[in-house]
Amino acid sequence: MHLAYPAVLSALLFCTGLYGVLARRNAILVLMSVELMLNAVNLNLVAFDVWLSKAARDTLHSGQALTLFTIAIAAAEIGIGLAIVLAVYRGRGTSDIDKLRDTAESPDDGPDGSAPDASAVAVTDEKAEATA
Amino acid sequence: MTTTTLAVLVPLLPFLAAAAGLLLGRTLPGFVRPLAVLPTLAALALAVVVAVRQGGGRSIDAATELTPTGSVPVELALHIDGFAALVAVLVCVVASCVQIYSTAYLRDDPRYPSYAALVSLFTSAMLVVVYSGDLIVLLVGWEVMGICSYFLVGHYWETPEARAASLKAFLVTKLGDVPFLIGLFALAVDAGSFRITTVLGAVASGGLDHPTLIALLLLAGVAGKSAQFPLHTWLPDAMAGPTPVSALIHAATMVAAGVYFVARLLPVFTASGAALVVLAVMAAVTMTGSALAALAQDDIKRVLAYSTIGQLGYMTGALAVGDRGAAVFHLLSHGAFKALLFLAAGVIIHAAGTNSLAEMSRMKDLRDRVPDAYWTMTVALLALAAIPPFSGFFSKEAVLGAAEHAATGHAEAIPSSAGWIVLVAGLVTALLTAAYATRLWLLAFRGRGAEAPDHGRQPVAMNAVLWVLAIPSLAFGLTVGVLPRWFDGRSLTPTLTTSVLGTGVALVGGLVTYAAWRHTTALAARLPLGAVVAHPEAGGGIVEAEAMAAHAAAYGDVAYVPDPADPGRLLLGPLHRHAARGFHVDAVYSALFVRPVTAAASLVRFLDREVVETYVRGAAALPDWLGRAVRRAQTGNVQTYLSALLAGTVVLAIAVVLVATAGA
Amino acid sequence: MNTLAAAATQTHGFLSPTGVEIAFLLVGLATFGAAIVTVTTRQLVHAALWLVVTLGGLAVEYLLLTAEFIAWVQVLIYVGSVVVLLLFGLMLTRAPIGRSPDADSGNRWAALTVAVAAAAALVWVVVDAFRTTWVDLDGAAQGTTAVTGSILFQHWVLPFEALSVLLLAALVGAIVLSRKSDRTANTAKTATTARTREGNR
Repeated sequence: MHLAYPAVLSALLFCTGLYGVLARRNAILVLMSVELMLNAVNLNLVAFDVWLSKAARDTLHSGQALTLFTIAIAAAEIGIGLAIVLAVYRGRGTSDIDKLRDTAESPDDGPDGSAPDASAVAVTDEKAEATA
Repeated sequence: MTTTTLAVLVPLLPFLAAAAGLLLGRTLPGFVRPLAVLPTLAALALAVVVAVRQGGGRSIDAATELTPTGSVPVELALHIDGFAALVAVLVCVVASCVQIYSTAYLRDDPRYPSYAALVSLFTSAMLVVVYSGDLIVLLVGWEVMGICSYFLVGHYWETPEARAASLKAFLVTKLGDVPFLIGLFALAVDAGSFRITTVLGAVASGGLDHPTLIALLLLAGVAGKSAQFPLHTWLPDAMAGPTPVSALIHAATMVAAGVYFVARLLPVFTASGAALVVLAVMAAVTMTGSALAALAQDDIKRVLAYSTIGQLGYMTGALAVGDRGAAVFHLLSHGAFKALLFLAAGVIIHAAGTNSLAEMSRMKDLRDRVPDAYWTMTVALLALAAIPPFSGFFSKEAVLGAAEHAATGHAEAIPSSAGWIVLVAGLVTALLTAAYATRLWLLAFRGRGAEAPDHGRQPVAMNAVLWVLAIPSLAFGLTVGVLPRWFDGRSLTPTLTTSVLGTGVALVGGLVTYAAWRHTTALAARLPLGAVVAHPEAGGGIVEAEAMAAHAAAYGDVAYVPDPADPGRLLLGPLHRHAARGFHVDAVYSALFVRPVTAAASLVRFLDREVVETYVRGAAALPDWLGRAVRRAQTGNVQTYLSALLAGTVVLAIAVVLVATAGA
Repeated sequence: MNTLAAAATQTHGFLSPTGVEIAFLLVGLATFGAAIVTVTTRQLVHAALWLVVTLGGLAVEYLLLTAEFIAWVQVLIYVGSVVVLLLFGLMLTRAPIGRSPDADSGNRWAALTVAVAAAAALVWVVVDAFRTTWVDLDGAAQGTTAVTGSILFQHWVLPFEALSVLLLAALVGAIVLSRKSDRTANTAKTATTARTREGNR
């Protein structure tokens, strides 16, 4: 089999995941897209591992070993990521990424930057709005 | 104690008193008066001892070098000759009198502690100038006096006149001090030392390369300090200070420093004939101009101020004809009687509640209210007018004699033109001096009109000081036979020609003024004048400050009153108006220097505001705009950031690949 | 270069693909399509289900590449647990069921540009670099459980153990993050009530 097939598929999947990470609004969908990207990398690793093992250039199967590690790490990542998303959702009542803009400078901030205060005010405003 | 130790203590005691007064004045008000008076008296005693031990013999020289200071060493040096010893005694006498007088005169003044400390510092600085044998140390005392005069003239800083006068005194004297400093450096470079003895030795061996230049530079500083034309304008305005300060500045310190400095370094000046002629012209213009101005002043203190300028003109005149003995002799006698005149004027202002002669001439029996001031002032005015046998007669005749000596070509290395200039100007001034002294006396003590206000007797401290100072004014002339022992040895006895001439013109001046006064005094009743002081019962300082503040408001000018009963108006005729304003020297300065400087300052301000700041604002605005633009990118949306980051990564990766494949 | 490429195409031409290649290509197309649907669909739960298709397709690709063990691990972990976790997450955050019009953010066009550019660049580079590389899939399978187990526990023991520590840390971290303290519980309550209210409105 030509190596180009899995390599191109991997590249396409990676870019699809990339689009998902950049374009999706819901944080869990973003996590799904991250999984896509990781899987694209895994496919690449496996394909190259098979090629290199057959060509006897690599006897350690490092591609497959790294794939296993990546899968394990991805599992851990999805756990932590979901926990963070849930914590944010509990605190803010939303899991939309583009609503989490506390790091932005609000237009009425002074030039010397009282951004933390402003964001705190924004948060309390939000909460007050929420309780109302 | 050795004479050197005593001499060091003389300036040190008032200095320590000043330091202690400034430190403790607020916390321990009870110690202020002893701290002001006692060290000055002790310094007087020590100065007398030093003078007696020196005795006109060889000069006492001592020097110690604290630290090496480059090519020309600066040493703490004493150089006490007869001049220094006697001038130090005069300084201490006047300073003691002023301190004692001030305890009564400024008894209600809240700023008395700092005032007394500054007077002590002033005294100390003058004594440093007198005793110092090193020109840089002398300069230190010289400049300390400048700053002290700034503070003391501005003592009533609540009034705008005092503020302006103190600034003017400071700036005008500094204007002279800059060339003075350059002159000192030039002198030291030529002579290789700042020591006066070394400098004089270099002059004697003809070692000066640029005597005229140095002498003229030094003369600028002397003119500023001793209030000689054209830098005299600060002195009449300095009357805004308290009367004792005027007495101190005019009699013993500050103005005397310039004359004394020239006397010390006279060989440097006589090395240059041109400098002597300049000095003579300066003296002549100063003495005649100031005497005319004095005849037109209304403020009693300004009359005395202009008279000081005139008498200083006599001293510089004596120096111009190369006779420093006569100059210092006149300095000593003038110091005594001018201090007396000012202190008595303070008493009169306190009693009359005004400083205007026009108002005093409308008060009856002012002399009965202040009998001590009346008698002592009469003595001092006679001394000022150089009527024998008062002290002023002897000293002034010594000056005129020296001038005649030089004019007739008997003095070595002195241009006879200088002699003639000084002699003629001196005689004219003698006439005018007698005239304004008579006018002052007649207007102040022979007034008619309402009864003078009665505030009871003046404090003993003030009256006693007047009598103490009256003694030298009366009898200092008797020392004329002894003094040459302290000085250069040249005889100071009056010569017949100048005595007859001088006394004659003085009598003429006095009599003419008297006649004019008889003629005009009838007019006084037609034009009543009179400003009332708000607190006539208060201490002298407060009465004086209020009188000065009221004068300009009442008459529109500090120096001028439209009074037809003034004999000076009749005598001067059309000149009167100009003389009252000091011949418009101030206006000339204002047009020549003040306005161009103000215009330049506003130009610079304009350039700074409109041009420089535009660049500064522009430099700030550009980053500001950029910052605003960049700020728009900070949306807080993480996905946007990540998009930009990855887009950049893709671009970079493509670029790298392109470069790599292009190379292959 | 051209002669080399010509030689390669002579032995294994693109125009005469092997059966494995055809299978790989077909499954790859399905996988890619499922991935596209995953990142574009407006129904959140459908996205998770299309993700299952994508991951399953990848497992098949692993099998075709003779990496059996990884294929089964893929099925077990991704399809079995990760997707389930994601579905739980969607439910816990009360993701709306049905089409949600705002599933994509306003960043979409920038994201598309970046993704297409990256894809073009990557595909170009990969094809340019590996168009003649041939993977020989005949002979002994490269990714059997025996092979993988032997290399994992012969050569990769230390990273394997370190990975277990990482997993433990992730476990503890996830518990700490998702545990409700009193304060956060209160805020969460108010927040959720507010959200439901907004939904009602």
